[in-house]
This record gives sequence, structure tokens and C-alpha cells, in this order.
Amino acid sequence: MEKYLYIALFAPFVSSLFSALFTATPKKLFTGIIASLLIFTSLVSSTILLIYLFKGGEPIHVEMMTWMATGDLYIPFGFLVDQVSVTMMMVVTLVSTVVHVYAIGYMDHDKGFNRFFSWLSAFVFSMMILVMSDNYAGLFIGWEGVGLCSWGLIGFWFHKESASWAANEAFIMNRIADLGMLIGIFLIYWNTGTLQYDGAFAAFHTLDPTTLTWIGIFLFIGAMGKSAQFPLHTWLADAMEGPTPVSALIHAATMVTAGVYLVIRSNELYSLIPDVGLFIASLGTFVALFAASMALVNRDMKRIIAYSTLSQLGYMFAAAGLGAYWVALFHLMAHAFFKALLFLGAGNVMHAMHDELDPFKMGGLKKVMKWTWIMMTIASLALAGIFPFAGFFSKDTILEAAFADHHYVIYGVLLFTAGLTAFYSFRLVALIFHGEERYKLFGIHPHEAYRFMLVAMSPLLLFAIIAGVFQEPFFHMVEELLRAHEYHIHSHTTLWIMLLGTQIFVGLAILYAYKKYARSGIKVPDGTSATENSFIYKLLINQYYIPYFYEEYIIRPYRELSAVFWQKIDIKIVDATVDGIAGIIYSTGEKTRTMQSGNLSTMLKWMVVGLVVLLSLAVIFGVTVRYSDGAASALSGLGVM
Amino acid sequence: MEIGLNHYLVLSTILFAIGLVGVMKRKNLLLLFFATEILLNAVNIAFAAISHYYGDLTGQMFAFFVIAIAASEVAVGLGLLIVWFKRHGTIDLDLMTSMKG
Repeated sequence: MEKYLYIALFAPFVSSLFSALFTATPKKLFTGIIASLLIFTSLVSSTILLIYLFKGGEPIHVEMMTWMATGDLYIPFGFLVDQVSVTMMMVVTLVSTVVHVYAIGYMDHDKGFNRFFSWLSAFVFSMMILVMSDNYAGLFIGWEGVGLCSWGLIGFWFHKESASWAANEAFIMNRIADLGMLIGIFLIYWNTGTLQYDGAFAAFHTLDPTTLTWIGIFLFIGAMGKSAQFPLHTWLADAMEGPTPVSALIHAATMVTAGVYLVIRSNELYSLIPDVGLFIASLGTFVALFAASMALVNRDMKRIIAYSTLSQLGYMFAAAGLGAYWVALFHLMAHAFFKALLFLGAGNVMHAMHDELDPFKMGGLKKVMKWTWIMMTIASLALAGIFPFAGFFSKDTILEAAFADHHYVIYGVLLFTAGLTAFYSFRLVALIFHGEERYKLFGIHPHEAYRFMLVAMSPLLLFAIIAGVFQEPFFHMVEELLRAHEYHIHSHTTLWIMLLGTQIFVGLAILYAYKKYARSGIKVPDGTSATENSFIYKLLINQYYIPYFYEEYIIRPYRELSAVFWQKIDIKIVDATVDGIAGIIYSTGEKTRTMQSGNLSTMLKWMVVGLVVLLSLAVIFGVTVRYSDGAASALSGLGVM
Repeated sequence: MEIGLNHYLVLSTILFAIGLVGVMKRKNLLLLFFATEILLNAVNIAFAAISHYYGDLTGQMFAFFVIAIAASEVAVGLGLLIVWFKRHGTIDLDLMTSMKG
């Protein structure tokens, strides 16, 4: 089984290196194909591992080699495949296989075709390290690796100012959070003496709650950055500057869920500190509502889906914070499938509409893009949590968990957010695929994507539909590891009222969205209508003025401060000192070079001067040393005597 | 008055000073060699005197080395001097300034 572990881990690495060989050459189709095949190999290995573990096999733990061994510190390159990591591996490899194949079509005309596959595979490799590592240090390597690849892929079209800005924003914001995570890791090592999961988890039980709380908080700060939780959320929407397959893979299905994975992986820690857990759940709930509200009015197709991702991450954190780790992991998995599908569908639409992102300029596309329409509708149904699609099982379980734990506020907010989710998802679907064909005004002739791209998307479609049936088996698989328990609401009547109530509520939200946006006569908003001038609309479209706030009160003062430091301290003190030293040496040389007249007689005179100087020094030293004990000890201290 | 170590050392110092002045002042390459010989022999005198004073032969042995090496040095130096004279027709130091910095 170890063999499969290594194949699953290193196939993406080989793929990345192989594609990297061709980054400087024009598009070569085979890089895409070989990269896809290698990622598929990884998928097959992960599946074999999943089946093995599902049948009750022991978790596989290997130590490839020692990484650091100094004193008491011992960190190996160790990998662990247990029920949690194998779930993540399945999600990562499945979505990335789909995205790789899809990208062959999507990046068809791009000059950076080979470079794209190199980065994309490198991302998969980093993600695999992140989920497979058996210690926090390895997790951190993967964590930084995915951050780097995310930077490279968001800024893939680096000639666009906005893209490179967004890439830097994502990277810097993640770095800020990573500092928190690093402190958390240091605290773990400090207090437990190990970074291995098993050793650290065992030691957590002996630590006092304050220490554990700090560790929990700092680790969660790291998770907040990677999973774009408030207040570090702004980068995720801006990250939509990257190519759409990247958004599907990194900013919907895998990387942004790394924070959730961290909390799930550290469940032994968080179950000891329920207060931090409650904070996580509350923040998650808040973000779910907060992000959903911004998605309601946005006019950028990809940003709407990004906000929806943010909102769903909030759901996952709510579940994980309440201790329902398996529910969080299950929602993570289900979400990865339907959200990646939604993004790839959006990619098809973008291609058809020549990179137009405003859904108000589309409309009526279902005639030309039947399959994309079907896929996006099903993905949206799954996202909204309609029976029997994937989201119903995962999201309703989160609601049930909140309800069964008597957190009625969280339950209420999440329920309300479910309605918002349904509304904005179908607002998007209605605007893109129904109603009048507004795109004709802009002279665009849309066409359906390549057939193989649609075929590539079909596994995601399948899982978005049927993922619910895996709930029971999944529960039994992770039951032991995550100490999971099923949430039972005691009264059957309450349960049915809740289920039906949620379904009806969500259904009404969908109908309302259709009614409002699928009708004919929708105009491209031009900023004159009453809605657009209302306070709430302005608040939401400007993302609660948070990016503005960051720009105005953090970035600008920082830039001004940097300018001051640059001009006053760097140029006037640091540079001046260094330049001064160089200037002195230079001018000394300039002046003394006249000594080198080339005249032997002059040189001999200088030689005699040197001799006299050295001789005098020797005499002075000798005399001083003989007649003064202090000087002798000072000189011996210098190692002269 | 008995002649002691100090007399030798004083002689050696005087000779060394004469040699040093010669090295600095002479403009003729041949006379420069003479000045160098004076320097070396000043040191030789000091070696021999101190060696005798301590009853240790090492100093005198060293003086022989110096003589031998001085001889070979002069042989090489004179050879170069002759070549230089044949080529340039002069051995004036002030005219040998091809290695200007």
C-alpha cells in the first residue's frame, strides 16, 4: 500500500517538473495530456487507498526520510494516510484531474499553456503534501506551497495589472495569517516537544487550558487566512482574476478548504477547548451570512460564485467549530464537487461570451449552451441544498447539528443564509440562461464549449447528484477517527418540519429568483434605478466598504510610512553610512595612487618608510608590554601575545 | 679600550644607515646594488658579532647563507642590468618608470 501512497504523492510532482521543461516553448498539447494522465494516476492510487481504508484497513504511516534532527527536535518527511487524509486526497485528485482535462480545452489558445500545467500540477503536489503529512511542519510546507502556487496562478496573466495585484494581495494576506499559524506551531513544539500529530495530540491532554486556547487561536488564525474568513476574506474575491480552472480547483474545491482541514485534523485540540470552537462556529456563521449578502447584488459572475464559496466555508467552520467534524468534512467534499462544477460551467460561459463576466449582459444562453445550462442548474440545486442533490445531505446535516446542539442562533442564521444561497445561485442561473438574449446587443455569438470539456466535467456532475448516498458509509469510515456521532433530533415531527420547512424555504427563494430575473425586460443596470441607489445595495456592492477601508486605513498609511522610512532612514542614514565608507576608501585610493609612480627609487623610499613604521610599532609594543601589566593582559586577551 | 659587542653593533648600525641612505638616494642601478651589498654586510657583521657573543654558531652560519645568496642575487641582478643597458643604453633609475600605477 505504501507504493500507492508514493505514487499518489509524487505523480503530480513529476507532472509539474515535466511541464516545467517546456515553459519557455510554445504550446505543446502533450504537456497537458501527460499532466492529466499523471494526475489521473494519482487519482487511481488515491482510490485504491480509499478502498483499502474503507474496507477497514489500518491507516498507512510511512517515514520517507529524516528532514531535521537536531537535539530534541526531530521532524521527518513522514506521510500518513488515514480516513481523513484519504478523503481529502480523493477530493483533491478527483477535482484536479477534471480541472486538468478541462484546462486543455480552456487554455487552448493561451501562450502560457505549458507553464499553466506546470503550476497547476505543482499546486496538486503541494496540496497532497498538506493533506498527507503526518506532522505540523510538513503541513506547513504544503500550506506555503499551495500559497505560492495560488500566487502563480492568480497572477497567471501577469501582464494584467489587476491580476498581479490580486496575486500579491492573496499572497500577502496569507502570509499575515501564516505568521499566526507559525506561532501556533511553535507553541505546540514548545509545550509538547513534538510536531507529529500522534505525539502532540497525546500531549495535549496534559496541558493546561490556557496554553491550549492560545495554540487553538493561533492555528485558527492560519486557517482564517487560507480559508478567507473575515477579516482576511477580501483576497478570495479578487483571486477571481486567475484563469477559471484555477478558481475551480484552488479557490473553490481544495486550497481554501485547507483551513477547514486543519481544524478537522486538529480535532483533538479543538475538542478540548470548546470555547474556541464556539468562536470558530460563530465566525463561520457570520461569514456565511456576510458573504451570501455580498453575493446577492454582485454583477460579476465569478465573484458571485467566490462569495458563495466563502459562505460555504463559513458553513464548514460552523460545523467544525461545533464539534461536528465529520459533517464539516462531508460538506467540504460535497461542496468541492458542486462548486468546482459551477466554476467550470462559469468558465464555459465566459468562453462563450468572450470573457464577459456581467450576467446582466447574457440571458437566454440555454438555447446555445444546453449542457452547461443543465450542469450549472444541477450544481446550483446542489448548492442550494435541494433534495436529492449533494448539498441537501451535507448542508442539512450542518443545520441539524446546530439545532441538536441547541445553538439556535447559529441554526437560524444558517437557515436564513441557505435561503440567500438559493436566491443568489438562481439569480445567476436565471440571468445567464433564461430571459431575453441580451448578449445580442453586444454583438457576441456564443457557442458551446468543446465536447471533451463537457465530458471532463461529467464526473463532477455525477458526484454533485449522488454524493448524498455516501453519507452513511462516509460516517462509518471516519466515525472512529473523528469521534463522530450522528445528530438525532428526538422528535420525528420536529425533524420532518425542519426538513420540509428548509426545503420549502429554499424552494421559495429559488422561485423568487426565477420570477425576478428570468422574466423578459431585464435591462443592464446603469445606476439609475431606485434599488441601485438604496443604501443597502451600495453597502453590499461595495463589499461593506471593507476593501475601501483596507485601502484607506491600512495600505495607504503603510505606504506613506514606507515612503518616510525610505527617504529619511534608508537614504539618509543607512545608505549614507554605506556610501560614506565606500567614499572614504575610494578617495583614499584615489589620493594614494600617486605613490605608484613606477619609479624604483620612490618605491624604495616608501619601503623604508614602511620599515620604519613597523619597526617603531614593534618597539612601542615591546616597551609597553614590558612596563605595563595592564597592556600585557589586554594584548593577551586579543590573542596577540 | 676593549672592543666589545656594542662596538660591532654600532658599526653594523652605521653601515646599515649608510646602505639605507644609498638605497634611497642613488639613481644609478649599479650603485644601488652596492648599497644593497652594504646593507647585507651590515647585517652580516651583526650576525657574526652576536654569534660570537653567545658562543652559538648558528648566527655565523646564517651570515654564510646571506653571503651566498647575496652573491647569486648580484649575479642575476647584474645579468638583468646588462640586458637593460644593451636595450636602453642607460641604467638611470628615474628612466625606468614603465610600471606606473
